[in-house]
Amino acid sequence: MTMMTGAEIVIRCLQEEKVEYVFGYPGGAVLHIYDALFKQDQVKHILVRHEQAAVHAADGLARSSHKVGVALVTSGPGATNAVTGIATAYMDSVPLVVISGQVPNAYIGQDAFQECDTVGITRPCVKHNFLVNDVHQLAVTIKKAFYIANSGRPGPVVVDIPKDVTAAKCKFEYPGTIQMRSYNPVIKGHLGQIKKAVHLLLEAKRPMIYSGGGVILSNGAEQLTKLTRRLGFPITNTLMGLGAYPGTDGQFLGMPGMHGTVEANMAMQHCDVLLAIGARFDDRVIGDPDNFSSIPRKIIHVDIDPSSISKRVKVDVPIVGNVPDVLEEMLRLLDAGNAGPDPEVLADWWKQIEGWRAKQCMKYRMKKSVIMPQYVMEKLYEITGGKAIVTSDVGQHQMWAAQYYKFDEPRRWINSGGLGTMGVGLPYAMGAALQHPEAQIVCVTGEGSIQMCIQELSTAKQFRLPIKIINLNNRYLGMVRQWQEMFYGSRYSESYMDSLPDFVKLAEAYGHVGMRIERPEEVEPALRKAFTDHKDDLVFMDFITDQKANVFPMVAAGKGLADMILTEDL
Amino acid sequence: MRHIISILLENESGALSRVAGLFSARAYNIETLTVAPTEDISLSRLTIVTSGTDAVVEQITKQLNKLIDVIKVVDLSEAAHIERELMLIKVRATGKDREEVKRLADIFRGHIIDVTESSYVVELTASGAKLDSFIQAIDAGLILETVRTGVCGIGRGERILKV
Repeated sequence: MTMMTGAEIVIRCLQEEKVEYVFGYPGGAVLHIYDALFKQDQVKHILVRHEQAAVHAADGLARSSHKVGVALVTSGPGATNAVTGIATAYMDSVPLVVISGQVPNAYIGQDAFQECDTVGITRPCVKHNFLVNDVHQLAVTIKKAFYIANSGRPGPVVVDIPKDVTAAKCKFEYPGTIQMRSYNPVIKGHLGQIKKAVHLLLEAKRPMIYSGGGVILSNGAEQLTKLTRRLGFPITNTLMGLGAYPGTDGQFLGMPGMHGTVEANMAMQHCDVLLAIGARFDDRVIGDPDNFSSIPRKIIHVDIDPSSISKRVKVDVPIVGNVPDVLEEMLRLLDAGNAGPDPEVLADWWKQIEGWRAKQCMKYRMKKSVIMPQYVMEKLYEITGGKAIVTSDVGQHQMWAAQYYKFDEPRRWINSGGLGTMGVGLPYAMGAALQHPEAQIVCVTGEGSIQMCIQELSTAKQFRLPIKIINLNNRYLGMVRQWQEMFYGSRYSESYMDSLPDFVKLAEAYGHVGMRIERPEEVEPALRKAFTDHKDDLVFMDFITDQKANVFPMVAAGKGLADMILTEDL
Repeated sequence: MRHIISILLENESGALSRVAGLFSARAYNIETLTVAPTEDISLSRLTIVTSGTDAVVEQITKQLNKLIDVIKVVDLSEAAHIERELMLIKVRATGKDREEVKRLADIFRGHIIDVTESSYVVELTASGAKLDSFIQAIDAGLILETVRTGVCGIGRGERILKV
């Protein structure tokens, strides 16, 4: 066996893991690694313009596929810039391996140039992290990092490598598998519990299925769809779970929560048996947990992470396991018992749900001379045939995209749900575009969010990524403005965006196509033009939208789910 | 409710800070924390005394189990167990107090392990509550310095925490 340097080992490990793209930014502590990267062509490097975007792009690649995203950053500021990206991935359980350079072992603790305690800084926002002091531990540590990131409840893993370790030499041996006595995620659910759950579901008078991001992450959409159809129950997908069940199907009630539909929230609130799958009863989903728990209902909770179960709401039937495995088992039990729910009882429940649905809570009023943001989303859905991969930033536009773009398949909707990180949209789109060169990639954003990672227009140019940016430009930090209007007496403190750039010129300056769309009748032709004439270009579409549009329905923070504020248009 | 949680974890650098960081990040309470390697030096045993409702303690146990370096977690206070804590207490010992402190140390089965003309260091091993009683029994004005290890505990009989 030949001797390899630590840097060569890093790259070789990435090759062994079949990593196609690494998103990164070079610097002193990772120069050896960049040199090793230069001498091969299997692993392609995408040079971003800011380390935060490197991690977001790797994250976007991971979310749009079932792969582990990989980012490479230097020590000190490289690592601290990556922290927002890492925390974002952590909150949404996205598998990432982030490799960071560190100052040489002998310098650690000496306040060396570009030194920071990367392992210490990232500890609270990673699934696990490592500092590799010895080149002999390097390959096995990277193997562990990939294994930990992508098993159990996925998450980001940081591997911090001092520069001298990347120069030191040793023999390369890559372990085929990893055994860890301290880490053995459960896959199969407890059969007794699953039986109990199936029994409860069949006895239910007002059943409801509530599924979250865990279904997408575990590739459980197929099993979820099968089970839901088999039972004929209503279903809601959370913001992170959209696309796990077809958004255009009649059994789908829309998204639940703060900006969920009336029918989804009322069914969540008034069901007698709730089947929660890969979801975590987040405050944006169930509102006030005391209010939610005050209504008697039986809750079945399927999750791979035991700590998600009975965290915010007490659960009656906990099932720890991998979602698709547990759902397969449920389907098997239903088939074996040739059992189904009572259709008459179910019909009564559906009647009640249709009553809520009849409120048509998502209606909005068109205006003659001003573009309504919801309309842009509807047209976008129409023109892309619902087939695009849509990323978003964070704010009103994110909610409108989630509400009005119907996702029929998983991994088509990519956004920061847990941490709510503005600036993710464009780098997410970059990661998705590289992973899916054949797909239409759309980034729905606002004039606030887009400016948080605007520098990536340069990366998108370098790598010819034909992203369509839908900028819903209302000259306000819209969601902040909405809260200020509703809860702070319309005192719009610092939520007005003054001195905005000319986004058309800005896009052109980066070498892209820019469009400004100001009137409702221009929306459709402009979108068509972008997706046909400029199919292979990045198009920055600056939609000048209604400044007063609010996201409805809305459950105010800390309120119960049934306490919805509806649009005044109804 | 007071709970004594025993943890077996990989004896790796940073493992302790993962546990301590978890408690502060999730606003769990730590009354005492002790840690040292076991007979197998690749393993550390950590004991935490905490308090909280049943729901909070359930979450603490689950969150600890989620840490990659943690191998096993047991709530010792759930069943029969023994807890001990070591205290070294330096007291002013002059005149008639010399005899009084000696007598009190004997009653609590402590040892005087350092003697000067004006002070004693008393070593005492007992449950935390008993150490508290010793401190209360002694004239507060005599106490010069107190150091306690925090609780360590072990299950009784067949209750064994091992890999």
